[in-house]
Amino acid sequence: MNALKFSLIAIGVGLLVLAFAHWLGLDYFYYAGYTILQFIVLATAWNILGGYCGYVNFGSAAFFALGAYSSVFMHKLYPLPVPVLIVIGAVVSGVVGFGMGYLTLRLRGAFFAIATLALAVVLQTLVVNWDFVGGSRGAYIIRPETLEFAGFEINYIEYLFVLMLILAVLALATARTIERSQLGFGFATIRDDEMAAEASGVPTLRLKLIATTLSGAFMGMAGAPFPYYIGYLQPASTFGLEYAVNSIAMPMIGGTTSWIGPLVGTILLGSLQQIATVTISSAVNLLIVGILLVAFVIIAPNGLVGLVQERLRRRGP
Amino acid sequence: MDISADLLINAIVAGLLLGGFYAAVTAGVSISFGMLDIVNIAHPAFIILGSYIAYFININFGVDPIVVSIVALPAFYALGAVVYQVYYQSFERRGQESLRGLAFFFGLLFITEVSLILVFGVDYRYVEAAYIGPSIHLGLIDLPLRMLVPCLVALALFGALQLFVTRTFLGRAILAVSQDQLALQLMAADPIRIKRIAFGISIATASIAGALLIIIQPVEPSVGRDYIGRIFAICVLGGLGSMPGALIAAMLLGVVESLTSTFYGPSWSPAVAFGFLLLTLAFRPAGLLGR
Repeated sequence: MNALKFSLIAIGVGLLVLAFAHWLGLDYFYYAGYTILQFIVLATAWNILGGYCGYVNFGSAAFFALGAYSSVFMHKLYPLPVPVLIVIGAVVSGVVGFGMGYLTLRLRGAFFAIATLALAVVLQTLVVNWDFVGGSRGAYIIRPETLEFAGFEINYIEYLFVLMLILAVLALATARTIERSQLGFGFATIRDDEMAAEASGVPTLRLKLIATTLSGAFMGMAGAPFPYYIGYLQPASTFGLEYAVNSIAMPMIGGTTSWIGPLVGTILLGSLQQIATVTISSAVNLLIVGILLVAFVIIAPNGLVGLVQERLRRRGP
Repeated sequence: MDISADLLINAIVAGLLLGGFYAAVTAGVSISFGMLDIVNIAHPAFIILGSYIAYFININFGVDPIVVSIVALPAFYALGAVVYQVYYQSFERRGQESLRGLAFFFGLLFITEVSLILVFGVDYRYVEAAYIGPSIHLGLIDLPLRMLVPCLVALALFGALQLFVTRTFLGRAILAVSQDQLALQLMAADPIRIKRIAFGISIATASIAGALLIIIQPVEPSVGRDYIGRIFAICVLGGLGSMPGALIAAMLLGVVESLTSTFYGPSWSPAVAFGFLLLTLAFRPAGLLGR
């Protein structure tokens, strides 16, 4: 299956989801679906660096919040349409990802992980002290009820849902393309044995920087429409550990070696959380995510996809 | 902004006291990350666990938090030994410590934090002890006992660990593991056992650090996150595996943070550690007293 065919199928599936949502006509479905799609983008972005290159990023929340806060900044400065904000969010987070990578990726992998962990704390400090984007009180963004598009009135939440759907398809298609390209093979050599890769002439630093920039940019894209979705952006929740842990747990549970892993993990874990948040409590639901993450990394290191592959291999000739 | 001399001196003294406490917080990671190469990012969560144990016993039975933390040392040691055993069996032995091992510790951090939220809620908790409140005045200098006592306990802990590592047989064995695990194995010593002991000790220090933390400031479950950056910044700046280096780095960070919060406001101080970390990584990755 080539990239074009895959994109067409992905768009087709996306349109089916949209048609279903439209037919259902429930606002709640858009809200819940938006969250899951957002995590598909985050998990896939995390996996480009984490799963393909083997470098752990604990700062997903920071990159996500960067996207969200650049939207808030632009909203206060000069309101722009959301698709433009997504591009701005991508650029800002991508540049920060590049900078972080440049400073820490020349050293051992653990330093990068620690630096990303600390990045969230620092960016939060910056935002809390920056009154223009709301400071510690948070920022309100009043989104319009509807949007005029080519003569049609579109429900705004539906519009955001469609944007996130496009981003999810884009992220998955990018991840899949990388996996089958020379870039992906380069990433895999870094993951398996960086020293050997370097010795055989793989430009490891350049590849790692490409991965961090790309991964950061997608996380920023996922964050950019978020202020419009949530309406009230508050630093403590935007930088919350919830984003960091979910974007690690979802690929880990699904399987990190291919694009389908984060997708499977997100759909399962995301739906589970939507149900658990409504029926039990959001703290318990986070506890479940933590326990599942630890259980999966110990028992099923290759995730659900790995389990299925193993079973197929055993059954096969 | 005019800087008065006594404000400056007091800020520096407060920073040194804070730095002593940071040394206790970092001691455990100095062993686990610096000597054993285990990136235990869950360490702050264990510290917060120590805080809550000290809090719980203190409020219900009126026992001094530092005494509680010393009594709890064996329990924390056992916890550390168990965590290491799981870590070794599942990741280190299979050579998967870089990706999955990190995710494992991240999961532990998360589980501990959320469990504490479920049990104690997100309110700030504090302990009661005779030395919380009064201060000693030495001329211009204010020495709040709330800071002085933790600093002295921290320095005692740090000194004891340094003596243990450099003077005792077991301590030297830990250093040997950090230098060449294979050589140790060839001499018929069991590196895994030594690492398990060392990791147990590293987690045990979290008990004392936790009690000191809740003496210094009120604690809620997510406070630990602010310490992740600090701990690793101190470790890296001091030079991995160097305890004296970590002490110097802790004092340095304490003073710079204290000056920052005195002259720019306390909300900026979490960013200082990160600046330290990035600058060290960019210009001197080996740290001050690095190998």
